[in-house]
Amino acid sequence: MRFINFQLIAYPELPEDFVQTHKSNWVTADPKLFDPARVGLLYNNAVDLLVAAAESGYDAVGVNEHHNTGYAMTPSPNLLAAQLVRETSDVAVCVLGNTLVQYNPPVRVAEEFAMLDVMSGGRLIAGFPNGTPMDTAYSYGINPSELRDRYREANELITRAWAADEPFEFNGRFTQLRYANPIPSPLQKPRPPIWIPGSGAVETWDFCCDNDYLYAYMSVSGYYKAQHITEGYWDRVRAKGIEPNPFRGAFAVFLAAADSYAEAKEKYGPAAEYFFNRAFHVAPEFGNPPGIISEATLRKMFELSGVSDEELWDFSAPGFDELVEKSFVIAGSYDSVGEQLEALARRTNVGNLVTVTSYGNMPKDVADAHTREVGAKVLPQIRGLFEDEWEHRWWPEAAGLPAHVRNAQVKEAVR
Amino acid sequence: MTETINAYTVRAAGTECRVWEKGTGEPLVFFGGLGGVPKWTPFLDALASSRRVIVPSPPGFPGSADGHKGFSSYLDWITATLDILDGLSEVDRPDVVGASVGGLLAAELAAIGGERVRKLVLISPFGIYDTKTPGVDPFAVVPNDIPLIRSNQPARFAEAFSPPADASPTEWAIMLNRVEDASARILWPFGDRGLAQRLHRITQPTLLLWGSHDKILPPAYADKYAALITGDVQTKTIDGAGHLAAVDQPDIAAEHVLAFLSA
Repeated sequence: MRFINFQLIAYPELPEDFVQTHKSNWVTADPKLFDPARVGLLYNNAVDLLVAAAESGYDAVGVNEHHNTGYAMTPSPNLLAAQLVRETSDVAVCVLGNTLVQYNPPVRVAEEFAMLDVMSGGRLIAGFPNGTPMDTAYSYGINPSELRDRYREANELITRAWAADEPFEFNGRFTQLRYANPIPSPLQKPRPPIWIPGSGAVETWDFCCDNDYLYAYMSVSGYYKAQHITEGYWDRVRAKGIEPNPFRGAFAVFLAAADSYAEAKEKYGPAAEYFFNRAFHVAPEFGNPPGIISEATLRKMFELSGVSDEELWDFSAPGFDELVEKSFVIAGSYDSVGEQLEALARRTNVGNLVTVTSYGNMPKDVADAHTREVGAKVLPQIRGLFEDEWEHRWWPEAAGLPAHVRNAQVKEAVR
Repeated sequence: MTETINAYTVRAAGTECRVWEKGTGEPLVFFGGLGGVPKWTPFLDALASSRRVIVPSPPGFPGSADGHKGFSSYLDWITATLDILDGLSEVDRPDVVGASVGGLLAAELAAIGGERVRKLVLISPFGIYDTKTPGVDPFAVVPNDIPLIRSNQPARFAEAFSPPADASPTEWAIMLNRVEDASARILWPFGDRGLAQRLHRITQPTLLLWGSHDKILPPAYADKYAALITGDVQTKTIDGAGHLAAVDQPDIAAEHVLAFLSA
């Protein structure tokens, strides 16, 4: 089992009546709410906390990309990752990821990810998200009907660029380059492992299978809601005659672990409630622009339930107990959280857990202690899960090696 | 009206497109608005009382195939619209009426096709967007609010877009979803595709119809079109109508159209 510690970076001082007085904390989020000096501090805190995670048993540290929002203030995750590759030495650095269609031309992703990979000594996990509609269609004005095709084309361009040993011509529908030739190339060959964060589109499952990419279910909606999605993914994996290797799947979880459930609730409950009930406030009209959901996925959604946009984007709950009940947060004593994670991992057959231990308006010292406690007391309980039975082929080989061994390898390679 | 609708297809930009026809007289080609024309409407019936009304569905719109998904640029939509006009039989210099997204296509037809169009009617057309005259984003709306944004007469809107008794609700929803997809491909995000640079090429007599309660493109836009079109322009506001004015006030809209075309 591999553990990625993940930072979303929510703005922690939204007013108490934020949900009543503001329509959305995404797309049309009120920019006046976010004090630049405070945000600067939050970025530095986030890097500090990820470095603390790297020191306390996590296998990777991770950041992602969102726009026009105060719930995850990371429009440029590569700027944070650039610090993480310097500040850490042996963990994988997981950028989950760069929203391919938002980089124009998309060779920009090939270049920046290659820079991160060479700077880290080959420790990069390259995330290729389709992007949320809030980010792509509304904040970046990209025609939602074209997103999937633009994404496929960008993926083709980037992976081809990483594999190329000479300049090539790329004549796509959306990007035309007579001289595609991004330099440098990544250190990992043929390329860094590619992870695809998804939210249940059937095309994405096939895309992961067909390209040997990892599928990461990144919704914060908890594993009860998500179970049919991981099942759908593994159904596709099996249907294509591929081994259901748990390491080709990842899952995101919010954690609240302490000596007891009561203590976890007391320490982390307010931060969880802040995140789900205040910061993650999205106007439902930004959730479903025309054409973003394929007809195949739409049919599946109709079959499954008929969840309305309002429900789809409502992650609130009256209080911490209800958040836990809905499985948005996995909470309890260290042993209980370990058991719950093992059950979750076995049930969803997922070998990579993207753990969020610092969230909402959790103070830095509390977040630091929580991250370290989980690293020391929860992760060891299930570290061995799946490791003997399956080979992890979606993980940077250099990650996990002590820095001096890796440096020696790099020197050898250069020679 | 007991006369039946004549249905056939034409090939446009590589896509089989549905055409509906009814009535006799001089040809009148109608391009529908947001949501397309999934059902024959009272507005079309009123026109068909004295005209041969031809309703093509562009790629992705109701009844047509989904070749639009392979379109690379806006130029493909212009090509499709010109192909549709070419594909209609015994139609020489028709009058063209376009509403909303179909109004944009009709305006392009007149601007680029020139002689091919006799008279032009634009009902709340997309094509120009001025951030000083903001409208509601038609593509950031929860499903329950769509009638309120696009129409000022929810009962008439429901009549125009609800599934007929013999339709599968799932397939109907998929079809309407595809129309949204096609419309967004044409319009995203404002519907401003540089039409202002081509409007001077419209030399045809032109009628602009605008719903008084258009929330998406406020009636003030009529003046912006009138100022740029070279041909004679008349403007009429339809009281009590929203963006889809021909759905909201079919009789009044048809009366204006027929009076203008026969003048």
